[in-house]
Amino acid sequence: MKRRDFLKSTAVFISGAAVSLSSLELLDPQEVLAANPDLRWGFLVDTYKCVGFCVKACKIENDIPLEADVTRTWVERYVITKDGKVNMDSPKGALNGYTSKLIDQNESGMKKIPDADITQAFFVPKLCNQCSNPVCVQVCPVGATYQTADGVVLVDRTWCIGCGYCIMGCPYGVRFFHPVANVADKCTFCYHRISKGDNTACAQACPFGARRVGNLRDPNDPVAKAVLDQRIGVLRDEYGTKPNAYYIGLSKEVH
Amino acid sequence: MKRHVWRPLFVVIGLVIFILLVRLWYVPDDFGVQERGYTYGYHRLSNEQEWKNYPAKYRDRGYCADCHVENSESISMSPHAVIPCQNCHGPALNHPDDPKGLSIDRSRDLCLRCHSKLIMPSSGRNDIPGIDPAKHNVGIECSECHNPHNPSLEDM
Repeated sequence: MKRRDFLKSTAVFISGAAVSLSSLELLDPQEVLAANPDLRWGFLVDTYKCVGFCVKACKIENDIPLEADVTRTWVERYVITKDGKVNMDSPKGALNGYTSKLIDQNESGMKKIPDADITQAFFVPKLCNQCSNPVCVQVCPVGATYQTADGVVLVDRTWCIGCGYCIMGCPYGVRFFHPVANVADKCTFCYHRISKGDNTACAQACPFGARRVGNLRDPNDPVAKAVLDQRIGVLRDEYGTKPNAYYIGLSKEVH
Repeated sequence: MKRHVWRPLFVVIGLVIFILLVRLWYVPDDFGVQERGYTYGYHRLSNEQEWKNYPAKYRDRGYCADCHVENSESISMSPHAVIPCQNCHGPALNHPDDPKGLSIDRSRDLCLRCHSKLIMPSSGRNDIPGIDPAKHNVGIECSECHNPHNPSLEDM
C-alpha cells in the first residue's frame, strides 16, 4: 500500500466513524413535543417584597393541619449583623408571620439583636422548585411520585407506600410526611388552581406580589420575562436538579 | 430430566404466573410511562386529573367584589387596597351557600405581621409603617381605633 492510499483510507474511515449511529436515527415528533411542550410552570419570588404572609393560606388551601410542624411552603428570616454573623429563623414555618424582633434559636432560646448591629435583614419564602431533574421522583420505588408534562411534581396518594425515600432525597427539604393522609406530601404549585387558570393560594394571599407563578415557555408571561431579563438566582444550583423557582435578590447566605 | 427437578420448577412457574395475574388485577390500566419518560413520568395517569379536581378553598378577588360592592370600593381607596379580602375574612369556600358567614380575623397579631416595627434594611418590610407592640396600646385590638378598610386615623 502506498503512503497516499493509506492516508486516504484512514481519512475516509475516521469521517465515517465520526457519524454516530444516533445521528442517523429519525426523530419521533411526539418525543420532541413531549420534551418541549408549550407549557412549563415556573415560580418567581421577589425577596425584596416578602413580609411572610402566605403560609397560612397555603395550609388552608391544601388541607395541611395548621398546628402540625409540617408545611408545603415556609418563609425564612435572615438577619445579618455587622460582624458577619447570619441569624436565621422560621418559627412554625412563619405560619403566624413575624411580629417580634427576637430570633428563634430553638433550644438556645430567643435571641435579641440590637437594631444598630443589623446590616442586612430580609425574608426568603421557600417552596417546591419543581426541578427539571427531580431527585425525589427518581428515588421513588413504586412510581407514586412523578412529573407531569407541564413540569409539576405530584404524589399519587393511593400509590405511595410512605417509605420516605423522597423526603430524604429532596435537597431542598420541601417534602414531608402528611400527618392525616399518611403519605409523602409536597407543594403542587396549587395544581388544582393553576390548571384552571387561577393563581396559587400563596401568590394570591401575598399583598405585595412577592410570589408569582407563570409559564416559562410563554415569552409574554411576566415570570418568563423576569427570568430572562432580571438578575435572578436559584437555590442549590450545584446539585444539578435544575430548579424552576427563581429568586430575585437571592444572597449567598440563603441555601 | 428427573421428577425431583421438575416438581420445584412447576412450583416456581406457578408462583410466577400467580404474581403476574395479581399484578394484572392490581395495577391500574393507565399506570405506565407517560410524557416525562420512564425516569420521571412512570405513574398512574388518572392521578393528574385527581389533583386537578382537588377542591379550592380560596376564591379570586372578583368573587367577593361581585356582591360586596361597597366594602370592596371602600378598601380600594386606602393603602390596604393591596390586601386580598380573604387574608382577614378567611377562605370564601362556597360562601354564601356554605358557609353562610365568614369569621373575620380581627386579632392584633394579624395586624402586627406587617405593622410591628422590625429593622429589615434589605427588605420592603422596612417601609411599612410600624409600631412597637410592647408600647402601643397594649391589650386592645387594633380595630377598636383603626378601621381596617381605611386605617389612617386622620381620614376617619
